[in-house]
Amino acid sequence: MHEMNEHIVLKTKNLSIGYPAKKGDRIVADHINVELQKGKLTCLIGKNGVGKSTLLRTLSKMQPRLKGDIELENKNIDDFTRNQLAKKISLVLTERIPTSNLTVFELIALGRQPYTNWIGKLNDEDIRQIQLAIEQSHLEDLVNQRCDELSDGQLQRAMICRALAQNTDIIILDEPTAHLDIQHKIETFKLLSNIAQHLNRSILISSHEVQLATQMASQLWLMTNQKMIIGEPRSLIESNEINLLFDSSSISFDKESNQFNIK
Amino acid sequence: MLNISLGSVDIPLKSVFNSLWSQDAEKETWNYIILNYRLPKAITAILVGCGLSISGLLMQTLFRNPLAGPYVLGISSGASLGVAMLILGSSILGGSFSGLAQSQFLISLSASVGSFLVLFAVMIVSKQVKNTMSILIIGLMFSSLTSAVISVLAYFSSAENLQQYMFWGFGSLGNLTWTELLIFFSIFVLASLLILPVIKPLNSLLLGENYAKSIGINIKRTKNLILIATSLFTGVITAFAGPIAFIGLAAPHMTKLILNTSNHKLLLPASALLGANIMLISDTIAQMPNSEYTLPINAITTMFGAPIVIWLLVRKKKMVL
Repeated sequence: MHEMNEHIVLKTKNLSIGYPAKKGDRIVADHINVELQKGKLTCLIGKNGVGKSTLLRTLSKMQPRLKGDIELENKNIDDFTRNQLAKKISLVLTERIPTSNLTVFELIALGRQPYTNWIGKLNDEDIRQIQLAIEQSHLEDLVNQRCDELSDGQLQRAMICRALAQNTDIIILDEPTAHLDIQHKIETFKLLSNIAQHLNRSILISSHEVQLATQMASQLWLMTNQKMIIGEPRSLIESNEINLLFDSSSISFDKESNQFNIK
Repeated sequence: MLNISLGSVDIPLKSVFNSLWSQDAEKETWNYIILNYRLPKAITAILVGCGLSISGLLMQTLFRNPLAGPYVLGISSGASLGVAMLILGSSILGGSFSGLAQSQFLISLSASVGSFLVLFAVMIVSKQVKNTMSILIIGLMFSSLTSAVISVLAYFSSAENLQQYMFWGFGSLGNLTWTELLIFFSIFVLASLLILPVIKPLNSLLLGENYAKSIGINIKRTKNLILIATSLFTGVITAFAGPIAFIGLAAPHMTKLILNTSNHKLLLPASALLGANIMLISDTIAQMPNSEYTLPINAITTMFGAPIVIWLLVRKKKMVL
């Protein structure tokens, strides 16, 4: 039992997510019990508005939870300061970054902020981590470019690279493939699953790319209005539970071809 | 660059001869002018230029809006209101206060409180309203509001006090004694110390607040420090030199366009330096060489700087943080 626990880096207990309000909290989802495992790419899928982003923001403590507990490395997440948390969890969000004169290198270097001194001076270790992240995300050619000169796909890769440079066990990404074309979507998924496997990180992403998710992720969290279904992609497809993604019976997921069928 | 401009305050007028003639018979008077008038004025110009451009830069990054600045967001107007309350209000409340109104210390205190209140209000509103365009409009509303209150105050106050306030409103770098300069300088140093710990968070704010949080930045503390430092800078500058427009917005942009960087480790000192230079040059022009008149410094900063910003923007075609 203890052996298994070592692979779990993040765990929720009866977690309730949503938005606190004066007249009763607005609960988006509750009784969430999920676990993030080391070295695995976990994909959170679900319909628009079901609360995927809220869940990701709550797990990374960007917004407060309503009830329940989140355990990070078997400790209550509240016991971590902002800076300690930044050494455990890195984030890639959907929001666009404001236009600035930042270069790609400077952007990636910002990932080292939890480790640097008061003025943000990079030491040898920081530089080494940045170089490593750049190699892993194949950004060598772009480092000296300015961020606002990049295409959407390149910028997304730079943001992922920044999260890598942050050198955290957990990387959480909110719809990292949203604005990308199909080739960049596949490349992003590949990059993330490589990072998870080879660097032994746990990666949690939300995505609407169900087909890609079933192929690349080792674990799926399927979020519906009623409950959270957790399992390996294959088992969710076999049990037809993946069809809970669709309201209408005219769309279904075909087990053999791994594709949607429209009747 | 600093050296040249530093010289340029002293060089254009009689001051050149001054230094040359320092062994002359007339040196006593010249020395007196330089020591007690020119030098304090040059130092004031430097402090005002530095402080306003730093405030502008802080505002632009904090609100992630290139149009932000102490003047645009109504913070200068807040300081004006504080001063107006003191100078004009004292005459309404009766003679016993008019002595108090003369004190530079009280003026700078009320200006700081005024600017802090407006900045605080803008911050609260900006929490409710995420749209940065609305925040700017709200800032403009705040400055209209304060000027309205000032007009009402002006209507009820004595002509003497009104004149005092009007002259203050033109903006002036002169008329500071060494004691006043010392107060100015100490508040300035205090505000500068406050921004040292926010240099690193400022860089992460370039990614937006959520990202800054995710890389371990304490947003609340950062915001509070920026808030206090900016109101101190703007408050004390407005108190001693009057509401000076334009520098706070323009100097940071000119620096960003020239240096092509967003790194605040470079931007902060560079815009402070550039701001100081613009102030010194503007002051030199305001002197109107070979004439007895001194133009209001406010008009000069704008006439001098606005074309430069327009030219830089047309050339580079965009405004960035």
